[in-house]
Amino acid sequence: MLELVKAVQPDEATLLTLDEVTLTRGGAAVLDALSLDIRAGAITAVMGANGAGKSLALRVIAGLIEPDAGEMSYAGEMRAPLDVSIVFQRPVLLRRSVRGNLRHALKVYGVPRRQRTRRVAELLELGRLGLIADNPARALSGGEQQRVAMVRALAARPKLLLLDEPTASLDPQATQAIERLVRKAADDGATVVIVTHDRGQAKRLADDIRFMHRGKMVEKASAKRFFENPTSAAASAYLAGELFL
Amino acid sequence: MLEIGTAFRAAFNLIVGFDPDLVEIIGLSLQVTLTAVFVACLIGFPLGAVLAVGRFPMRGTLVVLVNALMGLPPVVVGLGVYLMLSRAGPLGVLNLLYTPTAMVIAQVILVTPIIAALTRQVIEDMNLEYDELLRSMGAGRLSQMLTLLWDARYALMTAALAGLGRALAEVGAVMIVGGNINHVTRVMTTAIALETSKGELALALGLGIILMALSIALNATLMGFRRTAERLAYA
Repeated sequence: MLELVKAVQPDEATLLTLDEVTLTRGGAAVLDALSLDIRAGAITAVMGANGAGKSLALRVIAGLIEPDAGEMSYAGEMRAPLDVSIVFQRPVLLRRSVRGNLRHALKVYGVPRRQRTRRVAELLELGRLGLIADNPARALSGGEQQRVAMVRALAARPKLLLLDEPTASLDPQATQAIERLVRKAADDGATVVIVTHDRGQAKRLADDIRFMHRGKMVEKASAKRFFENPTSAAASAYLAGELFL
Repeated sequence: MLEIGTAFRAAFNLIVGFDPDLVEIIGLSLQVTLTAVFVACLIGFPLGAVLAVGRFPMRGTLVVLVNALMGLPPVVVGLGVYLMLSRAGPLGVLNLLYTPTAMVIAQVILVTPIIAALTRQVIEDMNLEYDELLRSMGAGRLSQMLTLLWDARYALMTAALAGLGRALAEVGAVMIVGGNINHVTRVMTTAIALETSKGELALALGLGIILMALSIALNATLMGFRRTAERLAYA
């Protein structure tokens, strides 16, 4: 069983540690004794081929899936899930207006009613969503929907922001808008973990890279070092476009 | 054939002339039916949401039971409510037998399982999409249910409509517990049954036409709401 929020922390600079986390599906280990650490305040890109277990690892961190074995520990005063927000590849928006979605999030996050109007206005401005604030959220374009999902996640003022391929199906302009919000979150002090296949995005955003292969982390490096000189055979093959599960 | 034609003309005259008896029966029908559906929605919507989202022992059994109760025979419900409300029954002291309240009680029992079962299905389907998001936000079960119920509000109109259809068309239970007393508990369906048995086809036909028209109008209005909501991507 997963033990959430261990008291003892190995390293002050580390916000989150997964230790030997195992998750089995259909008899196969989709996360195979995964050990992973995330540096506080950094943007970490989790990369790997399809099926490597990246999205599952993200869901374990978010507390959405309970693994079969292993431990997860947070640093400092982290309170999962209160301090953790996740944005999914396909944004899940409520059947409400953009404003309604944000207002709902603030309510769930426990923001007092009298503060919600002001906070919604701030979030609309942050996401440059003011002109479409009263439009039905599910009728927006993919890029606009993902921007709503992003600012909704930021409404919680998370210490840890998890992004599961947030720009996978977006055009360059919409991708840029999302990346601007990711940068803003990081600048405001959030630790960001982003699952991405987009090497350009990883180079633009990430400080650190964690490379996963078949449910394990096989390489941990700074972004610069990873792209210049990957040390694992799997990462080298992935970057050369030759890695298949 | 001639008699039927005459009956149709007489029915038309009753409707156009706002016949007082007809108006009274229609008024009571709407009062009983809409009250019953309203109460059934108050019970059925949350019950359906609990069955869809809740995780507790016997949940599967309860789901099967609620689904099975959708097919409750009205006369059996009527008999049950009659036994409860009759002088010798446990609730006889309330003196509710042969009153519109007794009719509402019987209809609530008939309609609630329909609304609850359909609500459970709607909410369960929507929760497949919402569950991860709401859990990741830290929403508790109650908050999750309230969010789902609000977002499913247009889809739930279908559940309410199904209940309304059942209540409007129902005759067996309200006949038993209401007694079909003139000016007290006579509603459209019981009046149609009575007038037909007496050979008074004009009133029966008039009521039948109005019952059909009401049913179509209510359905069309609610479906219109739903279509608009779908077009706006709220549903």
